[in-house]
Amino acid sequence: MPKVRVLVGTHKGAFVMTSDERRKEWKVEGPHFAGWDVYHMNASPVDPDRLYAAQSRGWFGQVVQRSDDGGKTWQPMGNEFKYEGKVNTHKWYDNSDHPYEFLRVWHFEPSLSDPDTVYAGVEDAALFKSTDGAKTWEELPGIRTQESASSWAPGAGGLCLHTIILDPVKKDRMFAAISSAGAFRSEDAGKTWKPITKGLHSEIMPDPDAEVGHCVHRIAMHPSRPNVLFMQKHWDVMRTDNAGDMWHEISGNLPTDFGFVIDVHSHEPDTVYVIPIKSDSDHFVPDGKLRVYRSKTGGNEWEALTKGLPQKDCYVNVLRDAMAVDSLESCGVYFGTTGGQVYVSADAGDSWSAIVNNLPSVLSVQVQTLS
Amino acid sequence: MIRVVLPANLRTLAGVGREVELRVDGNVTQRSVLDALEAEYPMLRGTVRDSVTKKRRPLLRFYACEEDHSEDSLDDPLPAEVASGREPYLIVGAIAGG
Repeated sequence: MPKVRVLVGTHKGAFVMTSDERRKEWKVEGPHFAGWDVYHMNASPVDPDRLYAAQSRGWFGQVVQRSDDGGKTWQPMGNEFKYEGKVNTHKWYDNSDHPYEFLRVWHFEPSLSDPDTVYAGVEDAALFKSTDGAKTWEELPGIRTQESASSWAPGAGGLCLHTIILDPVKKDRMFAAISSAGAFRSEDAGKTWKPITKGLHSEIMPDPDAEVGHCVHRIAMHPSRPNVLFMQKHWDVMRTDNAGDMWHEISGNLPTDFGFVIDVHSHEPDTVYVIPIKSDSDHFVPDGKLRVYRSKTGGNEWEALTKGLPQKDCYVNVLRDAMAVDSLESCGVYFGTTGGQVYVSADAGDSWSAIVNNLPSVLSVQVQTLS
Repeated sequence: MIRVVLPANLRTLAGVGREVELRVDGNVTQRSVLDALEAEYPMLRGTVRDSVTKKRRPLLRFYACEEDHSEDSLDDPLPAEVASGREPYLIVGAIAGG
């Protein structure tokens, strides 16, 4: 019988939640790494028991944890993230030049073919790769050393490389996104990168149409259609049909197009989910109502999904890595909130229920579909 | 044996109690104690000193014999009471409250 395993990172530890295909009864295990921030956990698609967790704390820096038994036990791995070659600078908040320095891992993206290969997106914005199961890390410096990188400046959340997407068809093609810098594409397995920002427009920038500086919050892809990407930008929900060569806006009838998460239905490549957030000054959902919005047309036409979600007095946020979909026959959709709730819909968003209500603030949600 | 007191989060990470005992050959300095700590408990590498720069993490302090040694050279000898094991070397995390 198929089942699902949900990996939840929070500000005070990690939780592993499992259920069968009905997704009604849940076993919740944790907290793992109690008291630590867990920005992200992710699993190898070729070895589902191989998990990676990014554990960090301001006092103690970064710890990388690995599990080889589906999250029952964990082993600290290598945490030396050394920038390659001459360390360049980026702009600091006062416009001074600030050397790139490693702060934490925001996102792990395991290889599609090798359980020992995993990519790490880090702050300050850089991409690292391990080919020995996270024992050692080597930077792929091409993204940090490109021409525009000295002009990047952190947003309030930090200069973080938070999104890594591996193209399942073109094996050497990767996508990455960096807050307050933009979206980038590599055609040579991460050696060199170019910005893919044509069509993005950001009023918060001096030149709203500049090549870099756009605050990309999240990008999602359906594996069957890797040329189509969906983006939740700081403001604006965007889509490209040519792997980022040109983007167009699909915000349509959303109540607000600010937000962090975006994801795609596992069986319907044109069904997209977002959770609108009121604004960048009020980081909570509009009108006290927690609403997921779904488009079945690849954008522009959105419907509010509210059944089972609080529709009054709710003022949570949903952070960029805190939404995921499973691949069961009836697609499951999951998200976690800064209020500590993790919600599941076993019917592609039509109805929702809380798996847990009172976790620490949720940073990330990832789901595995297990046979 | 050198006694080292760890902050709570690092005790959990290393799977140890409040205090660990370490053998240090040669001069007992902060560097030699921290090197011995990381050799005995490799999961602590990078958590007390930055993995790359080897500098003390800014929210940690190093105390011994009721003195703050955080700004001392890592190669200065620690007090004889620490070297003899009568007093512990303390790695202390900055308090966080509200």
